[in-house]
Amino acid sequence: MRHLMSPLDFTTEELDELFDLAADIEIDPEKYAHVCDGKILATAFYEPSTRTRLSFEAAMLRLGGKVIGFSDAGSSSAAKGESVSDTIKVISQYADICAMRHPKEGAAFVAASKSEIPVINAGDGGHQHPTQTLADLMTIRSMHGKLDGFKIGLCGDLKFGRTVHSLINALVRYDDISFVFISPPELRVPDYITDMLKEKNIPYQEVIKLEDVIADLDMLYMTRVQKERFFNEEDYVRLKDFYILTKEKMDLASKDMLVLHPLPRVNEISVEVDEDPRACYFKQVKYGMYVRMALIMTLLEIDTEAG
Amino acid sequence: MLNVGKIEEGFVLDHIQAGKSMSIYEHLGLDKMDCTVAIIKNARSKIMGKKDILKVECDIDTLDLNVLAFIDHNITINVIKAGEIIEKRSLKLPKEVRNVIKCRNPRCITSIEQELPHIFFLADEEKEIYRCKYCEEKYSQKDKF
Repeated sequence: MRHLMSPLDFTTEELDELFDLAADIEIDPEKYAHVCDGKILATAFYEPSTRTRLSFEAAMLRLGGKVIGFSDAGSSSAAKGESVSDTIKVISQYADICAMRHPKEGAAFVAASKSEIPVINAGDGGHQHPTQTLADLMTIRSMHGKLDGFKIGLCGDLKFGRTVHSLINALVRYDDISFVFISPPELRVPDYITDMLKEKNIPYQEVIKLEDVIADLDMLYMTRVQKERFFNEEDYVRLKDFYILTKEKMDLASKDMLVLHPLPRVNEISVEVDEDPRACYFKQVKYGMYVRMALIMTLLEIDTEAG
Repeated sequence: MLNVGKIEEGFVLDHIQAGKSMSIYEHLGLDKMDCTVAIIKNARSKIMGKKDILKVECDIDTLDLNVLAFIDHNITINVIKAGEIIEKRSLKLPKEVRNVIKCRNPRCITSIEQELPHIFFLADEEKEIYRCKYCEEKYSQKDKF
């Protein structure tokens, strides 16, 4: 029995198989519409996360399975003081697979160690959110055609952004990728990431302004710069516009540059950019669902030819 | 200079970093044993300047050497039989330690679920970095004890 705790739990070969399956689901969803008939997914969400929970639920329903669960700790037995270990042992009696979101880091790992069914980490605090990374990789593979040989710009809050760190760690396993980190000095990518890139001889550059580098990028991964991350109001006012993607900035980019964003977006991408064919962030949501469908099937060891 | 007599059966922990002997005494559980223990603090050392030494009159196999190695793998162990050193043992950093240190990350699941064991794994042997098995919070040598 396998679980998914971190995006690095799967080898690149295993990820290729997973993405192949997700791509096939996209092409022929009917073929997979009943592969999970009679199976139940439990969504154990100890904190609200509408997007991820809906994605998991949609994924299971589209495979023919059913969904049970709770969407905040207050409506679960956690409010009565039940441990994660006990909760997963109970869920194991009802469901065939569980997606768990918890505000504490390592909660899904605790669940997996006691579970009788596969556990998917649907986010554990600021630690891991592997299915977001799988969605990002799937989008890149689908839209760019491959997972190697490109220059990716990561823009915004690179210090606290969990999805950014996860994506970098996942991408360094592929060939010929270079990184451009675009952030205010306060929100630079952490040293352990740049140290790792130096050690692996992976090219990267760090810049403050998006306009300076956007023309060279094959891909741009946007994240939100939150006001509260700045030390003072003055810096925030001075820098915030650098990290808002507008139509004017898109005009400077190549005609093939893809724009990704883990969502939710606040104002870091102007709504006018949504119409640009290079904007992939809503497609990313769809790929996230396909990859979760493929993941559920893989962890449930459902014969991919069965459909 | 203070003299502490030889022991007949047991072991001597030598080259303990000065000031760390009491911590080792506690973590090895020597306070719960009824054997003779001599704690020598700030002994003169050519290599270290000052060092601590522990002399313990009990079987070496009663010790959890993993805990000792985690605390300080530069400690040397002299096993004594019939008053003579019959073996010198060196220590290697353990791959994993349980319930020796606690995770300090307030966002870690161990901060709310008290019954969970605190487990750390060796993430980087060269830099002596351990990480919490649950949240991967880093602990390096300087954070220990």
